[in-house]
Amino acid sequence: MTTEAPEKKEEQKKEESFLGLFVHNLWSANTVTVTILSIFLALLIGAILIVVSDSAVLSTFSYFTARPSDALNASWDLISRAYADLFKGAIFDPAAVQAWFNGTGDWKTALNPLSETLTYAAPLVFTGLSVALAFRGGLFNIGGQGQAVIGCLTAGVAGFAIGLPAGLHLVVALAAGLIGGALWGFVPGLLKARTGAHEVITTIMLNYTATLFLGWLILQSGVQDPDRTDAVSKTIESTAGLPALPQPLRVHLGIVLAVIVTAGVAWLVNRSSFGFELRAVGANPPAAKTAGMSVGGTYIKLMVVAGGLAGLGGAVQVLGTADRLTGQVAGNIGFDGLLVALLGRNKPWGTLFAAILYGGLRAGGNLMQVDVGVSLELVTVLQALIVIFIAAPALVKTIFQLRDARTARLGASMAKGW
Amino acid sequence: MANDHIDITVEPGEVHALLGENGAGKSTLMNQLYGLLQPDEGEILVDGEPKVFRSPRDAIAAGIGMVHQHFMLVPVFTVAENIALGAEEVRGGPLGWLDRRRNKRDVLETSQRYGLPVDPDALVENLPVGAQQRVEIVKALTRDVDLLILDEPTAVLTPQETDELLAVMRSLADTGKSIVFITHKLREVKAIADRITVIRRGRTVVPSNHPAAAPNRTKGSVSPDTPTDELAALMVGRDVSLEVEKTPAEPGREVLKVSGLIVDDDRGVRAVDHVDLVVRSGEVLGIAGVQGNGQTELVEAIMGLREARAGAIELEEKSLTGRTTKQVLRAGVGYVPEDRSLDGVVKDFTVAENLVLDLYDRAPFGNSFALNPKAIAESARERVSQFDIRTPSSQSTVGTLSGGNQQKVVVAREMSRPLKLLIAAQPTRGVDVGSIEFIHNQIIHERDVGTAVLVVSSELDEVVGLADRIAVMYRGRILAIVSPDMPREEIGLLMAGVVTQEAEDTE
Amino acid sequence: MSRVSTATVEDLTEATAPDRFWNRQRRLGVALVLIGLIAAVIFGSLAESATARFTISEDAEGAALSINGQFGAILFGIVAVAAGGALLAGVAKRWQTLLLCLGIVAFVLSFLCWQVAGKFLPLVDTISGSLELALPLILGALAGVLCERSGVVNVAIEGQFLMGAFGAALVGTLATSVWAGLISAVVGGVIIASLLAVLAIRFLVDQVVVGIVLNLLALGVTGFLYERLMQPDALKYNSPPRLPEWRIPGLADIPVIGPVLFESNLLVWLALALVVVIHLGLTRTRWGLRTRAVGEHPTAADTVGIRVRGLRYMNVLLGGVVAGAGGAYFTLVSTGAFNKNMTAGAGFIALAALIFGRWTPYGALGAALFFGFAQKLANYLSAVGSPVPNQFLNMLPYIATIIAVAGLVGRVRAPAADGVPYVKS
Repeated sequence: MTTEAPEKKEEQKKEESFLGLFVHNLWSANTVTVTILSIFLALLIGAILIVVSDSAVLSTFSYFTARPSDALNASWDLISRAYADLFKGAIFDPAAVQAWFNGTGDWKTALNPLSETLTYAAPLVFTGLSVALAFRGGLFNIGGQGQAVIGCLTAGVAGFAIGLPAGLHLVVALAAGLIGGALWGFVPGLLKARTGAHEVITTIMLNYTATLFLGWLILQSGVQDPDRTDAVSKTIESTAGLPALPQPLRVHLGIVLAVIVTAGVAWLVNRSSFGFELRAVGANPPAAKTAGMSVGGTYIKLMVVAGGLAGLGGAVQVLGTADRLTGQVAGNIGFDGLLVALLGRNKPWGTLFAAILYGGLRAGGNLMQVDVGVSLELVTVLQALIVIFIAAPALVKTIFQLRDARTARLGASMAKGW
Repeated sequence: MANDHIDITVEPGEVHALLGENGAGKSTLMNQLYGLLQPDEGEILVDGEPKVFRSPRDAIAAGIGMVHQHFMLVPVFTVAENIALGAEEVRGGPLGWLDRRRNKRDVLETSQRYGLPVDPDALVENLPVGAQQRVEIVKALTRDVDLLILDEPTAVLTPQETDELLAVMRSLADTGKSIVFITHKLREVKAIADRITVIRRGRTVVPSNHPAAAPNRTKGSVSPDTPTDELAALMVGRDVSLEVEKTPAEPGREVLKVSGLIVDDDRGVRAVDHVDLVVRSGEVLGIAGVQGNGQTELVEAIMGLREARAGAIELEEKSLTGRTTKQVLRAGVGYVPEDRSLDGVVKDFTVAENLVLDLYDRAPFGNSFALNPKAIAESARERVSQFDIRTPSSQSTVGTLSGGNQQKVVVAREMSRPLKLLIAAQPTRGVDVGSIEFIHNQIIHERDVGTAVLVVSSELDEVVGLADRIAVMYRGRILAIVSPDMPREEIGLLMAGVVTQEAEDTE
Repeated sequence: MSRVSTATVEDLTEATAPDRFWNRQRRLGVALVLIGLIAAVIFGSLAESATARFTISEDAEGAALSINGQFGAILFGIVAVAAGGALLAGVAKRWQTLLLCLGIVAFVLSFLCWQVAGKFLPLVDTISGSLELALPLILGALAGVLCERSGVVNVAIEGQFLMGAFGAALVGTLATSVWAGLISAVVGGVIIASLLAVLAIRFLVDQVVVGIVLNLLALGVTGFLYERLMQPDALKYNSPPRLPEWRIPGLADIPVIGPVLFESNLLVWLALALVVVIHLGLTRTRWGLRTRAVGEHPTAADTVGIRVRGLRYMNVLLGGVVAGAGGAYFTLVSTGAFNKNMTAGAGFIALAALIFGRWTPYGALGAALFFGFAQKLANYLSAVGSPVPNQFLNMLPYIATIIAVAGLVGRVRAPAADGVPYVKS
């Protein structure tokens, strides 16, 4: 091989205009481009699903060769309406904003989509941070769901079982959620540190254990609503609820807490001594051990903090939007948090934005279901697809023929199996 | 680029040594020949016909076998299963029912024919390394190879086991098989090779007066009659001084005292067996021995990385047994671990972060709560220039640096705080010659300021060059403590577990 | 060969196993004594002193094994204590496992005596119910065995179940053929498996991540299509025929075993046969040897000319076939219609069975049967209104797996290269 060729290339590069360079870099497999294209691909596949599952539109395809415009128009119409709803439900509805400016509508209706987005996003920020933080320490916390369930449970019980003045009650209930989740995270952390039991296995198992435990607890006297026979708990006192904007807006203090906690986690990872430890342990446990760090101790602390974050997410869910415990109160926030962390590439602020994006999809999905009757499950599909494409940047790169570039790799340190 | 236009020709029945430093590109070349890596250009001819090896399958079909540096054996399989793998004897057509009896018979046959005793029913994970290597060789031989590549086969063997292996290689060559013997040990090359190819930085090198155009000589190879010092010079690119310049030691008080130490390895086998040793301030105690004779476990026990089963470790008369690694480090012990990339550095961390890997929670770099990025960066800039670490910036990740510079990061970290004891295990493994000299000088400098130094190395030259006293370790015991002036052959015998009269006298 | 002279050095002594007092046997012994005491004292005192009837039939009728509930609870508790005591006293190693099993069985029997006192438990119904509940777990765990023994972690069993169940319901209904449904179930499982294979093997995505995300994808896609197609028009899209129950004359008349094993559907026989086939395949054939090599040390396999990635692709897809068939259970055997998220975590119990069964076919079978029994028992207890909450019995698979991976009862070891993508350096 001669060494001339690369030099020439470099010269050429220098001669390229700034704009050329910009375009060059834009169409390369960098993190931003891959993320945007992943979302695009997911929406594309979602569109196909919408069409093939609509019998009315599908029937126009039966005479596609005769009159293709019918099929194409009908498809386009359905897809554009669905995705427009997704946008309107998540960010703003131009009509409502127009009405507000004209004075015919009120600001609440105009802001409602954003309020919904942030409402759905708030718990996801916490569960996402839980997973992202654990990742940085080399642990794959699949137990966010279980920790969030326990967080819901302890926060909920603290919310109706004790009477305290407003404010203090809220703090106590949030702390209860935090501690509950931390305890549920402590178990796999301890097992990992002491026996080497793989945290993926133990946390998966603890997820379902938590759900079953919640299912049992709700039916116990003292917890179950005495006026009901089904699995519903007493109502949480208003003193423990997270303050929200006036009805019908649902957005509550949780999202503010989420931003603060994100900043806290960012500081913890990058600037604190514990963060240094956990990053060292995550990147190379033997080297961390050789440098005098306690790997096991770091695992335990890390899982306690991660569990606490997920538990706080559960508490925000139950004190912010739900007003009582049910078997499904935690929804899917733990697993969604996993996706959010992956989309946010395990960075605290990235996780925050990813959570808001997923919250938006969820909020928009509600409108889409009501308005055009496209099932909300489509959102789950979109969420999963986005992460699949993000996780396999090589796939996106191949599809769009992107140039090579440094892509933020997705948890390269965790591909260790069990 | 690991290889740049290398030509090499191997004749039938010859032992062809491929000589070069660590990282010179020997293994890369052979992995290409074996189909594990694809060359960018050039061709491979077998019996005069060009071949393309897309995978080891093609290489095996062409009659090439390879014994890898890291054994390619499945630990939980038996010897027979390992040897059969990929070339199984089967019955039942498409069902592929294993014919274990025939597999076993094949193993025994080959092992008897070449005088390589193996037990077909033993589990590989229970075998000592020497036996595992025999299994690898038998595995290659059952596949009817014409060319056998041995990649650094002697790294894990005692001198005596090495001699046996060399004898096996010779007898294989006598049956007409070709052998490629990859090594960086000159003595072995001199002992066995029919022809030598020296590789440096991915290129073949020949002496300047080499008649490369002369007939009967393949381009790029040199004769085994070439003097040792000339071969060494070819290998490293300049005349090497194996001597480390230093003044006589001035030993002071006892700093490290180990007595009756017993340590088990991960499998629960005794690795360190009643070891006693003393390291004084201002002297270098070298531990010589073939890799895997308990040196690793000894050092790990001192560092608090491994639990000692019995015995005492004292640092200036204070017990270190049962202390955490952090406490040992804080007590004034510096530690250069033997496996740099595994234990020494965090490759995803910046140079600056790696330089405070054990001090991040100490003033001025931080406290138990928060870091002080400014102090960390400032100190990093100082260390980088002081220790001549070649890096674009102190904020570059360590993984992007060369092995030698990574090692300098480790050395800089460990030597930039006041030490009572420095433990350096394999301090120059996989390090370029320039950095070796620098690191050696740093170690001697540390000795000269009055630190007690313990150097562990499987390179006898390094131990002899650095140490003021040499402890030879064999099977977990210190067989003798000798002077570095002792003849190397004597030390070599000790490393093989043979205690001579002279050694006993010096003790 | 000449031996190295080591005249002055004794051979290295194999260190005797760490002679800690609390070795595995003693710890197990104490655990058994403790649960035995719990059984004898607590179960015994809570148990009604009435007859517990274990009928050898599917209902209250027919011959029965009867025992006084309180007496039985105490008796079996004492048996468990005795087994623990024997372990503590120190018996030969080969008796260890047997005693452990004896102790656990005695504990379960003591529990049953307490719960059944004054009532009856139909044995045939319990056993066949356990087997039926275990059926998807067996198939799912076998799918896991195929994937993980060749080095690909499969946490997407749940997703494969869902796609299998959905495919079976949709195509089974459209084609009005249970066999078409079964084949579609397999196809559904293979779809998820091929995504898993491509993303994990070709694109090197972390296998646990892929698995979790594929589960969500399967949940979303099946849920979406269910709400768009099946819910509006269940008759057209969601009423598949059921798998017929076949009775093998003669064999079916054997008491207890007959009705359980020989009056059953094809899927049961398929699952049981697959356990044996995969076991023999893994241990006795060239495919198995290579599969295990690829899962333990892929580089070694590559150097002897085995196509590592090719073999992994094949095994993951085979796993998809098996897990898809397991998914068919939910629609073609169990309920007869698809429902959103109808597998409800069964895939993860299958995963637990795989791990608890130490990545072996027979182990997976045993674990699946054990977990199936726990579920059946939970159903029985809630039906008879027992004070023991069924949620706690349903937790059993998860807790048991945690205990197993924590090494409290012997060590569970995954294939060495499980989850590690193979990249040529």
